[in-house]
Amino acid sequence: MSKNKPILMQGNEACARGALAAGCRFFAGYPITPSSEIAEVLSEELPKIGGRFIQMEDEIASIAAVIGASLTGCKSMTATSGPGLSLKAENIGYASIAEVPCVIVDVQRVGPSTGGPTAPSQGDVMQARWGTHGDHPIIALAPNSVKETFEVTIKAFNLSEQFRVPVILLLDEVIGHMRERVVLPDIDSIQIIDRKKATVPPEEYLPYKPDKDGVPEMASYGDGYRFHVTGLTHDETGFPNTGSENTDYLIRRLHEKIEKNLDKIIMVDEYFMDDAEIALFAYGSPSRSSLSAVRKAREEGIKVGLIRPVTIWPFPAEVVRKAARKVKKIIVPEMNLGQLIGEVEKHVKSDAEVIGLNRVDGELITPQEVMEKIKEVL
Amino acid sequence: MQELLDKYFRKDKLPHIWCPGCGHGIVLGAVVRAIDKVNLDPDKTTVVSGIGCSSRAPGYMKFDTLHTTHGRALAFATGVKHAKPELNVLVLTGDGDAAAIGGNHLIHAARRNIDITAVLFNNNIYGMTGGQYSPLTPTGKVATTAPYGNIDQAFDICNLAIAAGATYVARGTVYNVTQLIGLISKGIQNKGFSLIEVITQCPTVYGRRNKMGTTIDMMKWQKENTVNVKAAKKMSKEQLKGKILVGELYSDTRPEYTEQYTKIVERLQKEGQ
Ligand SMILES: Cc1ncc(C[n+]2csc(CCOP(=O)(O)OP(=O)(O)O)c2C)c(N)n1
Ligand code: SF4
Repeated sequence: MSKNKPILMQGNEACARGALAAGCRFFAGYPITPSSEIAEVLSEELPKIGGRFIQMEDEIASIAAVIGASLTGCKSMTATSGPGLSLKAENIGYASIAEVPCVIVDVQRVGPSTGGPTAPSQGDVMQARWGTHGDHPIIALAPNSVKETFEVTIKAFNLSEQFRVPVILLLDEVIGHMRERVVLPDIDSIQIIDRKKATVPPEEYLPYKPDKDGVPEMASYGDGYRFHVTGLTHDETGFPNTGSENTDYLIRRLHEKIEKNLDKIIMVDEYFMDDAEIALFAYGSPSRSSLSAVRKAREEGIKVGLIRPVTIWPFPAEVVRKAARKVKKIIVPEMNLGQLIGEVEKHVKSDAEVIGLNRVDGELITPQEVMEKIKEVL
Repeated sequence: MQELLDKYFRKDKLPHIWCPGCGHGIVLGAVVRAIDKVNLDPDKTTVVSGIGCSSRAPGYMKFDTLHTTHGRALAFATGVKHAKPELNVLVLTGDGDAAAIGGNHLIHAARRNIDITAVLFNNNIYGMTGGQYSPLTPTGKVATTAPYGNIDQAFDICNLAIAAGATYVARGTVYNVTQLIGLISKGIQNKGFSLIEVITQCPTVYGRRNKMGTTIDMMKWQKENTVNVKAAKKMSKEQLKGKILVGELYSDTRPEYTEQYTKIVERLQKEGQ
């Protein structure tokens, strides 16, 4: 049990506090609703603990500064909403190929473009996966409560540090702005993972030589290693090598370090799945409505369960495949016109019928709606 | 020379990728000599660049080096400097990199007066992509995307940096390397944002297309078309027509960004005790 007292906290604040608990000491951002509270809290808190905050001229500059800061050995984060994530896209690719740990928060709002700044959505799920160009690995996490936002922000830093990969934290306007009573975990009970520092002397250091886990050790700027970082395809020395064999090796290694560690990355909760005939597959805010609908349906004797991924990228394919062999139907409620449902379909194949439940009006999917859908497909 | 090579260059990365006659190597040589002159600790010096022929320079330099995305070098460098203010941070950038796609970052780095020294390799063209016009291509010049002559107006990037708040601004040429080394050295020593624009030549995709002669002719052009700011004071408007001013254009002191921030950190930490 935590010694902490219950407090009323907003999701965005929980994200900022989680970042601090994870060891984040650098934030660069550009204001955008509904994410700005994250920057505001960090602008107040970071300097108190010797960290650094900066409001940059735009989102491109923000992620660039975050990558620069991370290379000095500092855990770093930026926060934005969908339009800002689009601007950050190019440099997320940079962080991916240069293997620079960083956390990018996207508090999703409705629409393409300016859309509805204060209305929730899950419209950036595919942008999180494929927003940047080229074949690249990414991790994206979607918490569904204020408390979980705190915990998952820490997890985002841990994964980013452990695997030297940009991690996108997908909140939505509801999670970001909602206030809930939370009891935060004790600081000493929280597992914190730091990047592997360079263990060899500078003369022997190969900045992109992977360890057994596929992840290279990381020196910091200013520590005497005098190493080179580039967005060009490079070999173990870090210097450009655009030969086809090396390019193939690098791009595949970047993916393999994620694919070979799925057990450490994928987090999925399952509810009532043992005897379920219908499964809901929901993440973020809709997973809350889904869980209450499942509980209600169970009271009425309907055999329905819930698969609730926290990790949406890499996609929890194995969990879905396993479920598909047991259930007849899978309902996928999303606050978009069907983004992650495509992944579900891809892995379910013809083992089960996959049905969407979608809203794009900037309103939440309610438990009643989920319930109706369950009854409709029964 | 051998001593400089051993101390500051990744010799195994040489020869460089630049064309014969390209001025970029001369700029790199001047940057390294300036670093040597002001005696920066190589272990505490980070060199950042964007994308372009010029931006390949850091790859040859034995420091912590960061070759970033097109136009964003100053933004990456801001993160490096702000996160670890004890580092000396230099940015090597091209005219396309700094004045077009990265123009906004240049304005804001200058406005913050963050302690970064930016050396802008101005060859008046996009070299790496094969000779398209840049914001610093003079009106009337031919480029692959201005086959009928460039109708854009080039801007004076030094004036822009001064207006935006840079505290040390200078312009040099690869023709006058001694002067250039002095200007870059002073830029590095300035506690704040410094911009040194270097007029350099791209014989391959700019000079040839614009019939500017050999590399030597292009360097002579630099000599004949530039006037030192001090000499310019005694010259008439007519005499100065079409001439480019070189030398130290501006120097001032203003609070430096990361120092200001550190003051806040120190104050808060004292209050928190
Ligand atoms: C986002 C993006 N847009 C365009 C390019 C293509 N590109 C590469 S270098 C370059 C121009 C470089 O010109 P300059 O900065 O003047 O440097 P130079 O090659 O002349 O030294 C361009 C447009 C790119 N790499 N990235
Ligand atoms: S294309 Fe021009 S700028 Fe690029 S290396 Fe050749 S001469 Fe230099």
